[in-house]
Amino acid sequence: MAAITSDLEVEVRRPRRSVVVGVLLVVWVAAYFVLRGIDTLVLGGQETTSLHRWLTEHRDDVGQGNAFFDAIRIVVDHFVVLLQNLISQPSFDRPVPVIGWLGVVAIAAYCAWAFGNWKVAVLTAAGLGFVGLQGLWQESMDTLALTVAAVLLSLLVAIPLGIWAGLSNRAFRVATLALDLMQTLPTFVYLAPLTLFFAIGPAAATIATLIYAAPPAVRLTAHAIRSVPPESVEAARSLGSTRGQTLLKVLLPMSRSTVVVGINQTIMAALSMVTVAALIDAPGLGQTVLKALQTLDVGVAFNAGLAIVVIAIVLDRVTTAAGDRPWRTASVRRKVLLGAGAVAVLVAVWFSRTYVWAAEFPSDVNVGSRIAVVASDVTAWVQDVFGGFTYGVRDAVTIGLLNPLEGLLTGSPWWLVSAVVVALAFLLGGWRGAVPAAVCLGLLVATGVWQDSMVTLASTLLATVVVVAVGLALGVWAGRNHRVDIWIRPVLDAGQTMPPFVYLVPFLALFGTSRFTAIAAAVVFAVPVTTKIVADGIKAVPVVTVEAANSVGSSTWQVISKVQLPVARRAITLAVNQGLIYVLSMVVCGGLVGAGALGYDVVAGFAQSELYGKGLAAGLAIVLLGVMLDRITQAAARRTQNFQGVQGRGDKR
Amino acid sequence: MTAQLEYPDIQDSDALLSVQGLWKVFGPKAQRVPHRPELAGLDRADLYAKTGCTAAVRDLSFDVAPGEVFVVMGLSGSGKSTLVRCLTRLIEPTAGRLVFEGEDLRAADEKRLRALRRSKFSMVFQHFGLLPHRKVIDNVSYGLEIRGESKPDRRRRAQEVIDLVGLAGNEHLYPEQLSGGMQQRVGLARALANDPDVLLFDEPFSALDPLIRREMQTEVVRLHREVGKTMVFITHDLSEALKLGDRILLMRDGAAVQLGTGDELVGAPADDYVREFVRDVQRADVLTLRWIARRPRDGEPLDGPELGPDVLVREATRLVLEADRPVKVVSNGTLLGVIGDEEILAVVADN
Repeated sequence: MAAITSDLEVEVRRPRRSVVVGVLLVVWVAAYFVLRGIDTLVLGGQETTSLHRWLTEHRDDVGQGNAFFDAIRIVVDHFVVLLQNLISQPSFDRPVPVIGWLGVVAIAAYCAWAFGNWKVAVLTAAGLGFVGLQGLWQESMDTLALTVAAVLLSLLVAIPLGIWAGLSNRAFRVATLALDLMQTLPTFVYLAPLTLFFAIGPAAATIATLIYAAPPAVRLTAHAIRSVPPESVEAARSLGSTRGQTLLKVLLPMSRSTVVVGINQTIMAALSMVTVAALIDAPGLGQTVLKALQTLDVGVAFNAGLAIVVIAIVLDRVTTAAGDRPWRTASVRRKVLLGAGAVAVLVAVWFSRTYVWAAEFPSDVNVGSRIAVVASDVTAWVQDVFGGFTYGVRDAVTIGLLNPLEGLLTGSPWWLVSAVVVALAFLLGGWRGAVPAAVCLGLLVATGVWQDSMVTLASTLLATVVVVAVGLALGVWAGRNHRVDIWIRPVLDAGQTMPPFVYLVPFLALFGTSRFTAIAAAVVFAVPVTTKIVADGIKAVPVVTVEAANSVGSSTWQVISKVQLPVARRAITLAVNQGLIYVLSMVVCGGLVGAGALGYDVVAGFAQSELYGKGLAAGLAIVLLGVMLDRITQAAARRTQNFQGVQGRGDKR
Repeated sequence: MTAQLEYPDIQDSDALLSVQGLWKVFGPKAQRVPHRPELAGLDRADLYAKTGCTAAVRDLSFDVAPGEVFVVMGLSGSGKSTLVRCLTRLIEPTAGRLVFEGEDLRAADEKRLRALRRSKFSMVFQHFGLLPHRKVIDNVSYGLEIRGESKPDRRRRAQEVIDLVGLAGNEHLYPEQLSGGMQQRVGLARALANDPDVLLFDEPFSALDPLIRREMQTEVVRLHREVGKTMVFITHDLSEALKLGDRILLMRDGAAVQLGTGDELVGAPADDYVREFVRDVQRADVLTLRWIARRPRDGEPLDGPELGPDVLVREATRLVLEADRPVKVVSNGTLLGVIGDEEILAVVADN
């Protein structure tokens, strides 16, 4: 490649590396035909290993009766119940919650107006009204109560931690390390081990959610504090500010908008996790989707999924608007209006406590059942008309690609697969890739769910290839073309704010229950993040560099392949890494719609107490797969970075 | 036009701020560098190779007199910004003494240092360092707020300095709504608000357009005349240094190259580096007759017009060229020398 020809060694080594990889794969396939079926570590659906049984027997030893965890659980539980009493569940000897729907809508719209603007206030009222009309008011309020509880608790921990990491370099390094690891773990995986400590139910769901949702707030708070211009801090110090004054009057106000972005991400993460937490018996919309998925009722699943999307959009827009509010203090007119609004809200709350029509959402206009019927009809129609096509695609991909790949991974002896993976990791990332890969594979064998892991790995790899191909194409297009970028970005943003659960619904309609459904959903789930990172990487290529390439008469394709992609290589490796992690978490969710393997093991572990230990082991296996893939791609990324580094630093050392 | 201000009489005893043997070394185990002669003598590259340290300020000593405008000049990387931060210990010096009004600043604890910063020193920054979430008036009164003054008091004081720097009418705007020049006026007002004894300027006008920069320089000259503060002014711009500075300290690689008045730097550069630095200066605007007067030749008529030694060459040009005999340079009745057409033309035509 043109960008690295100055380093002779590299130029010689690169083609050799790809040849070695090719040879390695050919040898593997050859060995597969010889050694097929030996040492494949098969474990049937209801079979368990001694490790699994041991885990099942000791499930209550860790959490129950331990004063520390019980205290946490009880506190969180009370908090959640308090919020549920306020807005969703009948409470205090009344058949309705403390605040009826009218009061909730009024309060929510008022907050949206006060923190954001009147547009998002209207959106909030409309969105909440819509989920009410869908007949999902109580479920939505349960979801909202859990989300609010988890977000408030997250922020209580995350903001101080973020400030600490923003002020202290050492804390920052530790935090970055921990957060990186936490973000590589798929949503699903948090749930299993947490049930060890906090049993199942709303409290465990809230704790899982707060752990999952806290990292973005920590990260962005730290980032915001660190990026306050040093001169402003210096100016404050030069005028004799104490540390407390500098923090309160300079650092925090100047970090506000970035911190709000962090809060936004925390809220979105919390909403998606609260939905997934239906698996451990969290109340709310997730429960509705889950039950519908399990009975293959696409209509009801779609209706509830739509409600989640609506709530996601409302929360996202409101927090975004709050972040965009300028520094200026409110005008007198706005202050007066805000006061009047507050009075109106109080009146609405009073109404909602006094009259039944304002307390219980009227059920005579039930849009929800109609939506469900239409969705079911559309699904039936699509299956009738396109069924041949979509099922054809599904079967073609399954038989042509997925089955052979899965066969190769599950049919080879475990030591052969391990040797090949470690060798690949070494070729791509050196020792930094090979050592973690070897450790993870060893532990994977120990979990006893080796074969299921290989099935999951096959789906993950296939989906990732598609994600990277689509993400690269879209990302390059958006990175090079401003107009495309403007159009595509809101779509991608919307895609990322939706909980992973929701993605399964339309694909269930299109492809029925199969491994392919999970793969298709995973592709759609992971493409946005991959595209965004690639587009940002391409856009970050200096304009001058591209102009220089154009000035010597490069064709468009030459500019892309010889200049933009190589220069953006780091972003692209990161995109592959993130794509992999997203795909993995979705493939695991696919356990709900017939994808089987690790995802199914986890779900079965929640459902059947005798399979609890196996589910936990499967959860661990997911983490191991995630960590392994993450380490290998990161090591590969670090390597490509070094290639560029050698050139840059060559003259100095 | 020149803005040479009158030189205050400078004597060590009545220096307001005295810097003695000041060092600032960045890097691992920085402490050892100033104290070990074999390290202290190394140049930048050798020091870095040997210890991994960089000496941003090396062994600087100077006094600043009350009411003086003391300019520190040097190219970027010469350590001047580090120096000015060391003066109030925004950056902790590695070695040396800092004496302010007879008090050892390096011995001051955190609390005392804060008190000094609140009342004795103020700083103006290159990129203004304003707080974007506060209105102009709240930016200006920040220093008063943190030292606990009541709201009416600080409003009144802030309004005074806002009027003084010519910002009246903009009190309730936010910094982002102002031009760069106006933003720096806010920075200036903020520094003046707590009525400090010493104003520190860290390249305050480098980020401004040339026209605005000149306007702001004139503004500083005017303020100095009106409020008479002692100023330490950092700049990389020689014309700015010559325009504002009573005395100029020229730095290179953290060390002092020459300390003197503007005309001393131009008239008697200490070495080739200084000579190169001042090469493009309009010498006629800087040099005074003192620098070009020569001994009268034998038989030269000594009944020409008389001028003082501190008259600028530019101002004397017309008189000298029109006179039909050499002009005498006289100080307190003593003849220092004479100046003829050649000497004047050597300076004026040199440009």
